[in-house]
Amino acid sequence: MTGSTSAPAETAGAPVDRVRAWRAPAASRSNALPAGAWWLWALGLATAASRTTNPLLLGLLVGVAGYVVAARRTDAPWARSYGAFIKIGLFVIGVRLLFSAFLGSPIPGTHLVFTLPEVPLPEWAKGVRIGGRVTAEQLLFALYDGAKLAALLICVGAANSLANPARLLKSLPGALYEAGVAVVVAMTFAPNMVADVMRLRTARRLRGRPTGGVRAVLQIGLPVLEGALERSVAVAASMDARGYGRTARVPAAVRHTTNVLTLGGLLGVCAGTYGLLAAQGAVYGLPLLIAGLAAAMAGLRLGGARSVRTRYRPDRWGVRAWLVAASGAAVAVAMIWAGSADPVALHPGVVPLTAPVLPLWPAAAVLIGLLPAVVAPVPPSPTGSPVPPSPTGFEEQV
Amino acid sequence: MIRFDDVSVQYEGVDRPTLSGVDLTVPEGELVLLVGPSGVGKSTLLGAVSGLVPHFTGGRLTGRVTVGGRDTRTHKPRELADLVGTVGQDPLSHFVTDTVEDELAYGMESLGLAPDVMRRRVEETLDLLGLAGLRDRPIATLSGGQQQRVAIGSVLTPHPRVLVLDEPTSALDPAAAEEVLAVLQRLVHDLGTTVLMAEHRLERVVQYADQVVLLPSPGAAPVMGAPAEVMAVSPVHPPVVALGRLAGWEPLPLSVRDARRRAAGMRERLEGAVPGPVGGGGTGKLPPPAPAHHPAPRRSALARLFARPPQEAPEPVTDATTRVERLGVRRGRVEALRRVTLTVAPGETVALMGRNGAGKSTLLSALVGMVEPTSGTVLVGGRTPHRTTPREMVRRVGLVPQEPRDLLYADTVAAECAAADADAGAAPGSCRALVSELLPGVADATHPRDLSEGQRLALALALVLTARPPLLLLDEPTRGLDYAAKARLVGVLRTLAAEGHAIVLATHDVELAAELAHRVVILADGEVVADGPTPEVVVSSPAFAPQIAKILAPQEWLTVSQVREALGGVA
Repeated sequence: MTGSTSAPAETAGAPVDRVRAWRAPAASRSNALPAGAWWLWALGLATAASRTTNPLLLGLLVGVAGYVVAARRTDAPWARSYGAFIKIGLFVIGVRLLFSAFLGSPIPGTHLVFTLPEVPLPEWAKGVRIGGRVTAEQLLFALYDGAKLAALLICVGAANSLANPARLLKSLPGALYEAGVAVVVAMTFAPNMVADVMRLRTARRLRGRPTGGVRAVLQIGLPVLEGALERSVAVAASMDARGYGRTARVPAAVRHTTNVLTLGGLLGVCAGTYGLLAAQGAVYGLPLLIAGLAAAMAGLRLGGARSVRTRYRPDRWGVRAWLVAASGAAVAVAMIWAGSADPVALHPGVVPLTAPVLPLWPAAAVLIGLLPAVVAPVPPSPTGSPVPPSPTGFEEQV
Repeated sequence: MIRFDDVSVQYEGVDRPTLSGVDLTVPEGELVLLVGPSGVGKSTLLGAVSGLVPHFTGGRLTGRVTVGGRDTRTHKPRELADLVGTVGQDPLSHFVTDTVEDELAYGMESLGLAPDVMRRRVEETLDLLGLAGLRDRPIATLSGGQQQRVAIGSVLTPHPRVLVLDEPTSALDPAAAEEVLAVLQRLVHDLGTTVLMAEHRLERVVQYADQVVLLPSPGAAPVMGAPAEVMAVSPVHPPVVALGRLAGWEPLPLSVRDARRRAAGMRERLEGAVPGPVGGGGTGKLPPPAPAHHPAPRRSALARLFARPPQEAPEPVTDATTRVERLGVRRGRVEALRRVTLTVAPGETVALMGRNGAGKSTLLSALVGMVEPTSGTVLVGGRTPHRTTPREMVRRVGLVPQEPRDLLYADTVAAECAAADADAGAAPGSCRALVSELLPGVADATHPRDLSEGQRLALALALVLTARPPLLLLDEPTRGLDYAAKARLVGVLRTLAAEGHAIVLATHDVELAAELAHRVVILADGEVVADGPTPEVVVSSPAFAPQIAKILAPQEWLTVSQVREALGGVA
């Protein structure tokens, strides 16, 4: 990636030094990209994916996301989720195809692929079909549709494996911080429960019982829940003893204003949304929604005054973060624009069957999404970092 | 700094107070050690300092506890957070965030310290505790000692004036325990922090204490005094104190160094005497083979449909010796065990030692068949464990895991026993008989959760022994046990060894190994680095030598009882 620019570093003079200064630095806590930047980038790609059914463009989007993940992910536990998202994506495509084949599709088609035995349905179920003719057109349509959804999911997966979820929660406004901490604690529970299940399965074996089967699950389930409960009580005690939930004294007037603003704001948001969705309320809907949002924001901000918390080394939005976020946004904007300029290229026809063509400009725009692979700080290579001698807990529990 | 004025604590549903009439004053800048048998209310007393008792645990607290002038009755734990730092028994349940650096900052964030102050203190604390290299590591990947240091560090950063620790070294190997204690001592000496700490493993900590608070029995008033004075009357004491009492040294030595200075005369008297045998009785005979009694389980038609073919009657155990040959186990890229060779004969007790993560638990798992060997062979009772069904395996090998509670499912001791009989195919009542033997005076209707740590261990041991396995494995059995419970365990295991059971213990407790083991095997990074008779292996090792061995080296004495017998013989 970036290594190529530095090859003749020693011999060349000042220009190379300047290029070097622009190279992505090794990642550390100080230059870590905010989780929000990664999410904006990924949501940009996802928006782009939602605008097209061209399998070539979708493949390119997935490839871009995958390349950036491969280049910039750490070896943290959440970083391994990318593979899972790809599997979910493939599963989605499979399910979409299966449904299309079994339940039929409104796409008219002439190229018969095969015919499934059709289930005769009574008169009142007219319009529903099970089995019957399966055409190439309808399969292709389902495939495009499924691919769009899969690409969306994979883009979200990319954000998930690049951004630390705990950090994302930490960027919540002060008033919601405590809720964020609760979610972080809850997230650390899942791995602990998995470890508990493994330990209890071991214990079952030690008592000479089979470790599979429904009874085993039932018998293990209760102790696992018990263990989770005990641990949550212990964590709650620890959090309390370490000052979780300390509040500053706030004048009563401010407190009441906070409540009024938050509640009123939420009501405004509800009413405004209703107005927007309902047919005749469009006139007052938008202003009400905006006013409600503003009030709720002000309430949250005032509510933050009650919390005495400070932030330890919050992630900073530097040039690199803006570049990452902007690259995602650029891809989205370009694709939306291309959608209105050349809709045919973005939605290749199914009836009649045509081979999709890679539209040049949208494809070039998608490649902007590769920018993070160059500008984002480089995490230490997983192979170079020493393997922890013992993933404790695990080794002790097995 | 900490004052208890006539404090009593009574929990709901308990008929007598857990603490009563506690009057204590802990002066500023002292390291005070809280000792006493299990269940006397040590944790409750510690919890009262941080305000968790009664604000969090419920129960009734009468009297007054003040910390730095703040009454815990009117201050909730979170309002004491800037004054008191608390670390509980299990560091894992202490952590709120996921990485070391965030964890160190969490407490300060809650208190609202300025960002530059937080940054400075985190850096200082990373250096103070030697955690700088781990700052970005996820906490879950740290070893036990590292986690304990992070837990201590995380309560240190808000600069509390009082530190409360519940068994900070019990789960650690000797070296990691030294690490933690060195940090505590540094805090007391350099920063003037007041430390109040409860610990069962007195041999590790008593020499660091400025004062000792003894809770002699449940509900009894505490005795506070200089460590030597309190140890002279304490029912719980480390081997060095036992030796000092035996020899009548005055004042009692508390550290190996003190004792060695006094022990010249004793070494002379012991010159020429031969230490008695360590461990249980020698190689005895095998236990009678378990009766092949299979109560035909009643099954519904559906169950019969899905059942596996009926199990063949278990064949008698032909080869009682356990053999491990060039065993290798890999987990991903990590080689947990490499070329481990080990033979355990019937009647032999072997202690597996080594630092946390050295592969002790993995070796035990391989012996019961929970872990599939990557290379090499394991033969237990003539079978390959991971290819044998659990039902077959329990008749050949029994493992008491680190958390004995994992083995217990039922609501009552009686139900637990009935299940064990059925699991093992033993005659009904055989488990209950074992329980009565190991754990006298426990009613059938007792809920296993209400048992003490030691009682639970005994119950788990009885369940495992129901199948009369010739090979018995114990993983870290003395964690959380007081000296009395430990002594009972030693007695039980010696009897079992004398009956011909082969026993393998994975333990950090050098005193236990010295009491019990015929042989010690030391593992490091998955390899066997030492394997030999206990005296030979431990006497020369600074980390694994028991206190008596250190005091009387180069003579090969390991336990106080050996010395007592020898002296009795001489005198």
